[in-house]
Amino acid sequence: MSALDIAINRKVYRTGGGENVALADLAFTVPQGQFLCIVGPSGCGKTTLLSIVAGLDRDYEGTVAPARPDRIGFVFQTPRLMPWLTARDNVRLALDPPPREEGRAEALLREMNLGGQLDSYPGHLSGGQQRRVALARAFVNEPELLLLDEPFTSLDAPTAQRLRDSLVTLWQRERPTVLFVTHDLREALSLGDRILFLTAGPGRMVLDMPVDLPRPRSPDGSAVEAARKRLLDLYPDLLRGLDTKKDAEDAA
Amino acid sequence: MSLARFTVNDTSLRLISALLLLAIWQAASLSDSALLPGPATVLRAAIDDATEGYLLSDLGYTLARVAASFVLAMAAGSAIGMLMGRSRPVDGLFDLWLVLGLNVPALVIIILCYLWIGLNETAAIAAVALNKVAQTAVILREGARSVDPQLLQVADVLRLPWARRMRRAYLPQLYPYFMAATRTGLSLIWKIVLVVELIGRSNGVGFRLGLYFQFFDIANILAYSASFIAIVLAIEGLVIRPLERRLTRWRA
Repeated sequence: MSALDIAINRKVYRTGGGENVALADLAFTVPQGQFLCIVGPSGCGKTTLLSIVAGLDRDYEGTVAPARPDRIGFVFQTPRLMPWLTARDNVRLALDPPPREEGRAEALLREMNLGGQLDSYPGHLSGGQQRRVALARAFVNEPELLLLDEPFTSLDAPTAQRLRDSLVTLWQRERPTVLFVTHDLREALSLGDRILFLTAGPGRMVLDMPVDLPRPRSPDGSAVEAARKRLLDLYPDLLRGLDTKKDAEDAA
Repeated sequence: MSLARFTVNDTSLRLISALLLLAIWQAASLSDSALLPGPATVLRAAIDDATEGYLLSDLGYTLARVAASFVLAMAAGSAIGMLMGRSRPVDGLFDLWLVLGLNVPALVIIILCYLWIGLNETAAIAAVALNKVAQTAVILREGARSVDPQLLQVADVLRLPWARRMRRAYLPQLYPYFMAATRTGLSLIWKIVLVVELIGRSNGVGFRLGLYFQFFDIANILAYSASFIAIVLAIEGLVIRPLERRLTRWRA
């Protein structure tokens, strides 16, 4: 896959009587292999944007190229595992044709410390384990494009950080293009090569910013903290309401 | 204390219940054994019917009719129900038909089928199947309405081919409804099959019951009824329950 070109003029949800503009005048290009974070408050159309890029939602004005990338991985806000499939079969679901022998699915699960839960059903896994299975499912078909929609909210901080580390490791090894949606500025600064900031209702881009902090980074590290301070000093209004604890709780 | 021990052992409780029923039957038969033959008399009649009479072939005919009409009704009813549950226009168009189908007396359908199609096997099986289609459709429509679109979106993202999507993402959500339709269907269908046989067939349990009715042969009526009930219970225990356990293993 070459670069991802996104130009969404308008995305409207029709409700009862009126219409609700979810996204407007959103245009940007993501070079292949870039880790792009998209930050914005609740209701800024972040999830809508990912649905459009994934080809799930085609009811919008504009163009996205490539329109339906062949191999995409999608990590949703909730794990969305099939409850009737074991961890192993949930991951294998992404492989075509379905494998008959052990392979990449099992290797990924083992790598994420789920070697003992290969044949467990999602109902028997903890929230963090389910998210790891979802992450493995997104990675197993070696995606060219990886879409993540606030994948680590409602997890305790150490678990979330372990999953972020896994994500960065996998990304560095296989270099898919990543669109990572979050409302947590620290998380975005600790993960991304670049951050787009969106405003709410309708979602418009207000800032497109490269992040050139050295890796590995930590969301609680001094480099991220300094970058965050600098950003908030520069754009105090722009990011209001973004980086608070309340947002995180709302999402949970 | 002793009560708690009984509830733990479900099988012994069932056994006691069955023995109690037999004892009541035996006691009641003592007052007038012509109107209500005792269990021993009925068992002897059943053995005679099986060895020298038509019991086995009649059971075979009836079972074959139950199986054929069950398969037909489940296939047609499921397809109609899934279509109606998925599409509002289809639902609106045919809802009235379903209400009609649920409320036309079984006897009317049976008589009309015999009149229109003729006194033959096709008419018999069609009549029974028609009686069950509406009920199956209503149950499966409920199931199709409750399907989780989020899991189907996962199937879309993974680009699952149609067959795999049905098998892994869509149909498992309907299993509980299939099982409900199977249960109610089986108990409804075999009762209707007997009526169909009574009216227009010259073999099968229903036909033979009609014959014994004309001879006031209560022992044989009970022998036939008990034999068929035993078979239905065996199907429930040996086929349906293991199947259900298999399909809902992940819930355990």
